[in-house]
Amino acid sequence: MNTRTEILIIGRNESILQTVVRLVNNNPEWIGTGAATDEDAIEKFHHHHFDVVLLTNGIGDEEEKKLRKIFTHQDTDIIIIQHYGGGSGLLQNEIREALGKRSAENKPTISITDDALKSAKWNISIQ
Amino acid sequence: MANTVLHQAVTRGHADHGWLNSYHTFSFANYYNPERMHFGALRVLNDDTVAAGKGFGKHPHDNMEIISIPLEGDLEHSDSMGNKTIIRKGDIQAMSAGTGVAHSEYNANSDKPVKFLQIWVYPDRKNIQPQYSQVTLQPADRKNKLQQIVLPRSKDSDGVTVQQEAWFSLGDFEKEKQVIYEIKRKENGAYIFVLKGKVTVEGQKLDTRDGFGVWETNKVSITADSDAEVLLMDVPMNI
Repeated sequence: MNTRTEILIIGRNESILQTVVRLVNNNPEWIGTGAATDEDAIEKFHHHHFDVVLLTNGIGDEEEKKLRKIFTHQDTDIIIIQHYGGGSGLLQNEIREALGKRSAENKPTISITDDALKSAKWNISIQ
Repeated sequence: MANTVLHQAVTRGHADHGWLNSYHTFSFANYYNPERMHFGALRVLNDDTVAAGKGFGKHPHDNMEIISIPLEGDLEHSDSMGNKTIIRKGDIQAMSAGTGVAHSEYNANSDKPVKFLQIWVYPDRKNIQPQYSQVTLQPADRKNKLQQIVLPRSKDSDGVTVQQEAWFSLGDFEKEKQVIYEIKRKENGAYIFVLKGKVTVEGQKLDTRDGFGVWETNKVSITADSDAEVLLMDVPMNI
């Protein structure tokens, strides 16, 4: 079973995209795949499982909305994040932040209702 | 009542790469602290020392406002927009990365280190044409007052411009001098970074390289407890 995080990286500027893919792949826990066009990204997403989509340079607001809609329709659990700054010191932080939030969301929670019921006492009066 | 956050100097992230010694007020590179991701639109505040003749090779950025403030020594800047300049102490440089820009920053001197602040601010618009600006300011203009050094685009005033409703100021105060700073917009907060000396901001005592954020207020009081220099960053709190 592959435990590495699969990351689809989408960006318009080839040079920046290659840098980001390289930086992502420097982390042994991550596998980065680049896509320079929406069509390529959608095709790759359709044929391969990704945990994270990283939206990088040059993607306009309308394109971003469209991509988010397509990806979340296909996989409701997909994490989609914007990467600010290019291949930079923020890259690892942004991915770790998103994965950390998802991990926290998936942690089992203690049911306060169950605990409350255990210690509850009947308080019924019959008239 | 105002909200505040204190980031003491000793709690900053630290990376020593030999050629680069860097302290990170906010999470950056291998320093990751979920409690220290940003202060509003202010995302990066790195306190860098680069060894003689060394520097950051050519690398890309996009959609980020990057402000460099040399504190000691000189930086040699080169970028894909064709700019090739030396940034000296007293200069302020801002780069709007927009759709993408590649740049390098080297220590311009082969005999002494360069110390500078590298500050990144999230822009309020994406994918603009990359822009570069640089100014030389007079240190005398910030003696016992705040001197504006960064301002939003298209505002006609001193300083370099950024693609955000952000204003930065530097102040050089003698002991016991006080200034009241008025935050520019109700949506903004002020982050004060102490470059040198001791100050009290809104009752909070701060030492060299401490950072203190204040928001949900319209004024900030800064008092110098010793001769002191501060950088104040007035940035939107919602991004």
